[in-house]
Amino acid sequence: MTNLAVKPSLKNDLIHLTLAEARRGLEEKKFSAVELTKAYLDSMGEHRHLNAYILETLEQALEQAKECDMRLAKGEGRSLEGIPLAMKDLFCTKGIQTTAASHILEGFIPPYESTVSDNLKKAGTVTLGKTNMDEFAMGSANITSYFGNVINPWKRADGKDLTPGGSSGGTAAAVAGGLAVAGTATDTGGSIRQPAAFTGLVGLKPTYGRCSRWGMVAFASSLDQAGTITRDVRDSALMLKVMAGYDPKDATSAHVEVPDFAKALELGVKGLKVGIPKEYHLEGMPEDILNLWEQGKKWLVEAGAELVDISLPHTKYSLPTYYVLAPAEASANLARYDGVRYGLRVPGKTLDELYENTRSEGFGEEVQRRILIGTYVLSAGYYDAYYLKAQKVRRLIAQDFELAYQKVDVILTPTTPSAAFALDEKPTDPVVMYLNDVLTVPANLAGLPAISVPAGFSKDNLPLGLQLIGPAFDENVLFRTARVLEDAAQFKSFLRGHAS
Amino acid sequence: MTNRYFYEGTTGPWELVIGLEVHAQVISQSKLFSGAATDFGAEPNTQVSFVDAAMPGMLPVINKICVEEAVRTGFGINAEINLTSVFDRKNYFYADLPSGYQISQNDRPIVGKGHLDIELEDGTTRRIGITRLHLEQDAGKSIHDQHPEKSYIDLNRCGVALMEIVSEPDIRSSEEAAAYVRKLRSIVRCLGTCDGNMDQGSMRVDVNVSVRKPGSPLGTRAEIKNVNSIKFLAQAIDYEAERQVAILEEGGEILQETRLFDSAKGTTRPMRSKEHAHDYRYFPDPDLPPLVLDAAWVEEIRKTMPELPDAKKARLMKDYELPAYDASIIVAETETAVYFEAAVKTLKSKDPKAVKLLANWLIGDLFGALNREDKTLETCPISEIHLAGLVDQIVEGVISGKIAKDVFVRMWETGKDAASLIEEHGLKQLSDEGAILSIVDKILDENPKMVEDYKSGKDKLFGFFVGQVMKVTEGKASPEVVNKLLKEKLG
Repeated sequence: MTNLAVKPSLKNDLIHLTLAEARRGLEEKKFSAVELTKAYLDSMGEHRHLNAYILETLEQALEQAKECDMRLAKGEGRSLEGIPLAMKDLFCTKGIQTTAASHILEGFIPPYESTVSDNLKKAGTVTLGKTNMDEFAMGSANITSYFGNVINPWKRADGKDLTPGGSSGGTAAAVAGGLAVAGTATDTGGSIRQPAAFTGLVGLKPTYGRCSRWGMVAFASSLDQAGTITRDVRDSALMLKVMAGYDPKDATSAHVEVPDFAKALELGVKGLKVGIPKEYHLEGMPEDILNLWEQGKKWLVEAGAELVDISLPHTKYSLPTYYVLAPAEASANLARYDGVRYGLRVPGKTLDELYENTRSEGFGEEVQRRILIGTYVLSAGYYDAYYLKAQKVRRLIAQDFELAYQKVDVILTPTTPSAAFALDEKPTDPVVMYLNDVLTVPANLAGLPAISVPAGFSKDNLPLGLQLIGPAFDENVLFRTARVLEDAAQFKSFLRGHAS
Repeated sequence: MTNRYFYEGTTGPWELVIGLEVHAQVISQSKLFSGAATDFGAEPNTQVSFVDAAMPGMLPVINKICVEEAVRTGFGINAEINLTSVFDRKNYFYADLPSGYQISQNDRPIVGKGHLDIELEDGTTRRIGITRLHLEQDAGKSIHDQHPEKSYIDLNRCGVALMEIVSEPDIRSSEEAAAYVRKLRSIVRCLGTCDGNMDQGSMRVDVNVSVRKPGSPLGTRAEIKNVNSIKFLAQAIDYEAERQVAILEEGGEILQETRLFDSAKGTTRPMRSKEHAHDYRYFPDPDLPPLVLDAAWVEEIRKTMPELPDAKKARLMKDYELPAYDASIIVAETETAVYFEAAVKTLKSKDPKAVKLLANWLIGDLFGALNREDKTLETCPISEIHLAGLVDQIVEGVISGKIAKDVFVRMWETGKDAASLIEEHGLKQLSDEGAILSIVDKILDENPKMVEDYKSGKDKLFGFFVGQVMKVTEGKASPEVVNKLLKEKLG
């Protein structure tokens, strides 16, 4: 990438800026959007082994950066003008291959732009490329991608390659590894928060309906929500402001006002009631996770918050409920990948053969497993026992939260039951793998906003996250509380040292 | 072949039990969940949005017009409107169903129970229950006969809004089935919610037919598809009833299956059996929140409902003393009713006799001419004002009914009004007794033999004398006057 050479010292500075810092630097003309973009493209070239990107969009990125510089020169920079972003490959991008990390969509070039990516584009962002992920966002370790697994930039003492988490592992690895300032992600059961926790980043899943799902490849429609993976809490607030908003093209997008989230950042937590749900204290939860949780409570109390013990009694049913509902919706959502109109087609003598050949070859093992589970739970004779029952339990889980928010303003829990694990330690039993989502899934089932903030380290010196769950459409309470944790943890300073 | 209620087999009477599922395409500029156009007969795959083609990440958004049409139709069939209804996914794989599921309403349709009253030829009326009306998407079209190995897919129709109107199994004969569909069609046309064109497929009927011994539980039913006219509907039912009775009387069993009507042969045959019985795995579509209607909005629709055929018929019978039969025909099609009422408005005399005369001319001569020349009221050369004008001329005695037939033909050919044609061609009726009397005298003088025969009892010859007078006057003599004078003369 010699043609992209940016002075090494400058590059090292540039690829570690937060979004807010980068934006200020551009505004103050300390560097240009092209320089900033080149620094990242260069870094991407150097870190291909992380496999964070499925597709690097070098030319388009430079084109966009040039345009940004013209606007900045005229003093017409938009809110995120010139910020190089990683785009999860679940967002359809006009004229740019979009695969959802699946063989079945390999080579698919959407003739339309998703609402979220379009909102970001219109705010002046530069797209560096499409990031790797679990196939159709189904996974918690980024190992189900047709395009290979992603490697966490963080290393353990034993030097083994670690998972960055999933499904938004590509974006997480890119942002942590200096391959993007920030990135888009999606969260159906924890796919933003868990990878953010595993890579020392801030991961926000907004309220269901806050961001449009139009143009986002669907996994489980009633749970999917677009969000952010960023280097700090402020960046998340800035990005969400741009991404969010009512979209008449998505009947489930909420017709609510989008506040200026950044304004909530410095409100502090004095007088806030923070709920501590006893059910999140899992049996056999590692000590480092419990210590982190204790530390988090302490920080919030020190900042003036009040802790309230609460109960969310249906928590234990979250995981089974999720693994009935998400596959059920997925089984229908993925029926369109049939080899007839776009994407992979493996011919057959009959229409049924065409379907069988295409879908057998096009979908990976985990996706096939979930389609089968979903088809099963919707089948005649099983629907009541599985799908309908799960819907009822989902309602109860949401009710648990509604009752809790009569007493508290926000809920604090750990994000994950462990730190990032090595790729060769990945569980072979899918159910064990599903346990990764146990702390994150309830917020999806209840449609609530939740954020993971890097707050400490595991016994292996790997980042760990604390999760905050807020009432519907109150992302502000997450931002102000997350800022307090972030401040107390002083995590930002570690990012630069550890990202390899 | 079928009498009113029973089909006579060799083992005694069988009762037919028929339920109809009518798919009525909603008249709307755009599809149920996408902005694509819905014109019939457009080039293949030119009316397809990204949503219709089920591109990744595309989402359905309900079209308010289609909801309004469904509510209006619901009121038209005297049904309850459900303020909350739910869209479900009906899952199955087929090449002309891009998303792999059809968005329909399974458990909670937008319209609930209703009914239609149908009139039968013997003048009786029967009430047929309607189970429900729900909104759903149409699928695309598969074309199998263009290539030896390949099939072609046209997605123009994919996603077009359909109202599925399901009747109770209350129908007992092919005549009733036909009357039900005619009635439903006249209602949706009157409301403007569906054009009702069965030949273009914008109204399709699936027929469930079973037979049973009177009083027995329901028999196994066969579902007949591909019935695309009311005539075929009756044929299909009659054939199917005969087929099922024959099987049962030979000790066989009816298979629950889907059969296709073959209009060339007038028979039904089983559809190519799909090896897998479909499990549609219905579940609520998570892309669409429940459809919640505002009660005030629904009420507004109810208030703006046009007069429906039944109400119109009752009014015509009351106001003009029209017989039920005439009134039924006039209200069956909205265009007919509009034409008729406009004509009545310009009619000089609103006397029931005059109105009945107008109805006769409309139902008889005008419909006859339209049928002969394959025209509709829209392309009819005789306007409603002109038809009323013709009736005026008859009522006022300017022309006789017989001359009127001639005037009618001239009106049809020229598009001119009756009065000017009568003037132009000197067709005015001759009523001057003196003038007619001299003609009568002349004819009696010229035919002494006939007069003698008549007087000796050959009454029928009276007609001969009338005819002779008419011949001389070119039909213009007032028949009343001619009759009167002849009677006086002949004693």
